[in-house]
Parts: sequence; C-alpha cells; structure tokens
Amino acid sequence: MTTKADLIKKEKLDRQIMALRVAKEFQDCNVVNLGIGIPGLAANFVPAGREVIFHSENGVLGFGEITLPGEGDLDLVNAGGQTVKVAPGMSFFGHDESFVMVRGGHIDISVMGAYQVSEKGDLANHFLPDRQIGTIGGAMDLACGAKKVIIAMNHTTKDGGYRIVKKCSYPVTANKCVKLIVTDIAVIEVTKKGLVLKEVAPGWTPEDVQVLTEPKLVVDPKCHEIELM
Amino acid sequence: MPLNKIVTSFDEAVADINDGAVIMVGGFGTVVSTPSCLLEALDRKGVKNLTTVSNSTGFGADVWRMAGAPFPEDMDILVRNMRIKKAIVAAPVSALFVNNFEKLLRAGKVEIEMVPQGTLAERIRAAKAGIGGFYVQVGVGTTVEEGKEKKIIDGREYILELPIKADFALIHAYKGDRWGNLVYRGTSRTFNPTMAGAAKVTIAEVDEIVELGALDPEAIVTPGIYVDRVVARPKEAPKMEGKTTDAEAKESRKKYEADLKKAQRKRGDR
Repeated sequence: MTTKADLIKKEKLDRQIMALRVAKEFQDCNVVNLGIGIPGLAANFVPAGREVIFHSENGVLGFGEITLPGEGDLDLVNAGGQTVKVAPGMSFFGHDESFVMVRGGHIDISVMGAYQVSEKGDLANHFLPDRQIGTIGGAMDLACGAKKVIIAMNHTTKDGGYRIVKKCSYPVTANKCVKLIVTDIAVIEVTKKGLVLKEVAPGWTPEDVQVLTEPKLVVDPKCHEIELM
Repeated sequence: MPLNKIVTSFDEAVADINDGAVIMVGGFGTVVSTPSCLLEALDRKGVKNLTTVSNSTGFGADVWRMAGAPFPEDMDILVRNMRIKKAIVAAPVSALFVNNFEKLLRAGKVEIEMVPQGTLAERIRAAKAGIGGFYVQVGVGTTVEEGKEKKIIDGREYILELPIKADFALIHAYKGDRWGNLVYRGTSRTFNPTMAGAAKVTIAEVDEIVELGALDPEAIVTPGIYVDRVVARPKEAPKMEGKTTDAEAKESRKKYEADLKKAQRKRGDR
C-alpha cells in the first residue's frame, strides 16, 4: 500500500503539461480569459484547427502570442503584464467595457489558479495564505461571470495539505462556480453528484488521487489516463 | 474665447488638489498606462491624507526603470511617501512581490477598501453616468457583501453597489487636443477612459498634444467634455538626477527577482 508520504513525493505532471491539458478544453470560437501562472501558459497550446479569442482584463481581445522578454511593446500587454504580439482581429477597450464582457456572460471560459476548491465548486483564490492578506483583482468577477470556470492548480500544498476540500477554510472568492479542476495528478469535474474523477496522471490510480483529496471522489466508469493529444 | 484646457505644467495641473482629497488614478498594473508625471507633481506638492481610487497600489519606480519605462513612477510614489489615508483598490498587493503598500497595511498606517475589479470599474462608471447604484452578483457569499443591501432578481441573489465619488481623476492618454478629446494606445486604456469624467475635475496627462481637428473623430475614445485639463509629458524623459543610481536599481531588481522566486517556491510552483 502506498502511503500518503510516498504520494506527496511521487512524480507529478509539470506546469507545461497541465497547461496543455487545460487548453484541450478550448473549443472552436471560444472566448477565453487566462489568469496568471499555469493558466497563462495554456495560450501556447490551443489545439490545432481551433480558433480561440483571448480576453484580458486590461482591455484587449484577440491578442497574439507572448513575446520574448524585452522584445514587446509595453503598450500591448496581457493582464499579467507580459508583452504580447499584435494579431488580426484584435480590439482594445477600457476597463468598464472589459468587465461588462465578464459579468455579462460574454466570456466562455475563465482559467484561474486557486488555493482551495470545495466539493461544491466553491473557489478560494484571492487570499494569499503564506502572507495572510488578500488581493481580489478580477477573480470575483471572472468566477461569477464566465460561463465555465476551470481551475488549474497543484493537487495539494507543498507539504501534502488538501486543496480540494469539503469546505473552503480560506475566504471564498465565489460559491459554486468551478466546473473543472485540472491538477498535477488528475482531472476532476464538479457535478451535482459531487466531484467526478475523469482522468489521472500516468502512474497514478484513482485510489492514490483519493488519498490526496479530502472529499469523497466519484470515480467515472470511463476514468482513464490523462490524454494530451 | 476659444476653449483651451491645456495647462503648461504638471505642478499647475495639480495645484488645487489639497489634503484630504479623493482622487482616482488611472492605469492597471504596468506603469505605462499610469499618469506618472501627475503623480510626481502631486507628491512634490506634499499633500496628505488622500483617499485614492485605483486598480493597484504600485510596484515602485525602480522596477519600471529596469523594464525600460521612460516615466517610471506609479502609485507607489504616493504610498511610500505616506500621502494616502485610505485606498479603494482591487489589487492592493501582488501575489509575487511585497510592495510598500503591503508594508504600510501591516503596520496599520493605511486604510483599505478592497473592491472586485469589475465592480470598481462600474462604481466609477456609475459616478460618471449619474447612476445612483447597481446590483451585481459579484461578491455574493463573500466578505464583499458585508453591510450591503441584497435583492433577489429572477431568482438570483444580487448586492447593491454604490458609485464612487471623487474630487479629481488623474488619467493618462496617448494624444489629446485643447478640447480634451483623447485617444489611447494599445492596452493602455485600462481605467483611464472609465475615470475620465467620473470626478469633479479630470486631469489628463498625454504623451502628445495635437491641434484641434488632428484626431480622427471616428477614433476618439474620450470626448473632450469629460476632461477639464490636458497636460503634455516632456518630449524626452527627464534624466534621473541621481535619484536612483544604476547600482541601486539593479539591487532592487535583484531583490524583486529573489522575492519572486521565493514566492513561487512557497506556492509550490515547479
């Protein structure tokens, strides 16, 4: 029997692979907002043949790839402050309009990081636990307004603490908003029946994932190894 | 007499902003969309007890100098010089960097009202539009709803958000004319067009003042009626006059990168 301590040390997916898995969720013609960190990396992995329009809170739709450091124009950045490339069809707008798009349900997918997600899909991602301080930014608006909220995060804290929890202990960003959780060991769907384990990382079993997850997982009969292509 | 909103110096532009004023400051996270020269002038004036309304509270000029921004001052200049009594803000601290605002907050030297970014934009827009308030779902079930009126609309719960009233809005635009018509560049609109006209007095810092008629009417983002004063940045960025030596800037950048790595390690990023 593998112990929890073994599982904490066991090899997991890296950030790029997690981003690649997230990007598989982008359907043709989706409008997608990517948060900072792992979500942002997903911009590089849009599945071939699909046209995806990226939205950024600072007032841009349809921007191109992230430039190499030092090569971009400071007046053309994503919400994380990274310079991006000009792309055909791109448009600019102010902050009020940008959040009209968010609240008004015009954004198909929001991908964000999180500290905790509850079994009901409650999201806690605006409180920085290591600093005991909060910063809301656009997280509450996106969590409320986007049609589908996907969370990309490590499955546990560094020392193996649960991040997928029965009830969030950190201040909540929005309730019942998360639809899909992509972690470094699993893909989990939030449903009315509870958390459904859909995919596991290579070398991981549903039992392993359960050990590192506080609420009881419903294992999908079709649960399989994460497919990246 | 022809309408002329152009003022010739930043000091003149902010001359009537006094202690205790409520000021909106345009921009987002990066410095290029920020009215840097107006903030510098306000700091020079030595005002105290400001209430500021802005997206974030600044990273500090050293970070932006290293990034190559010709006008590197952001909200941090008001923070580090203790000019702020209360900040109404969406992103007060950075997930990756301990800024001066966080230090003041921990020391109990500044008050804060944290507002979701879209709600902040809409509360500013409401002031500009003469709207008495609006209902949103954002913040329901969180600390943001505390003390706010709730209403069920179509079976869903909403909270009432009120306009933010301010004395001055300091904004940055790319080009402006003597009527106050403004255009912006790229992603540097951010809160600037939102705040234009939302305060009693709107002061626009522009990269360049152009002749009336030079701006394409189809392209004007902020019509001049929202703007009271227009002031141009110097053609060339001022020399830093030894304010920060390169060595200091490098040191600060090194510390920033070290902080960044530390934060990433703590978050368990790999």
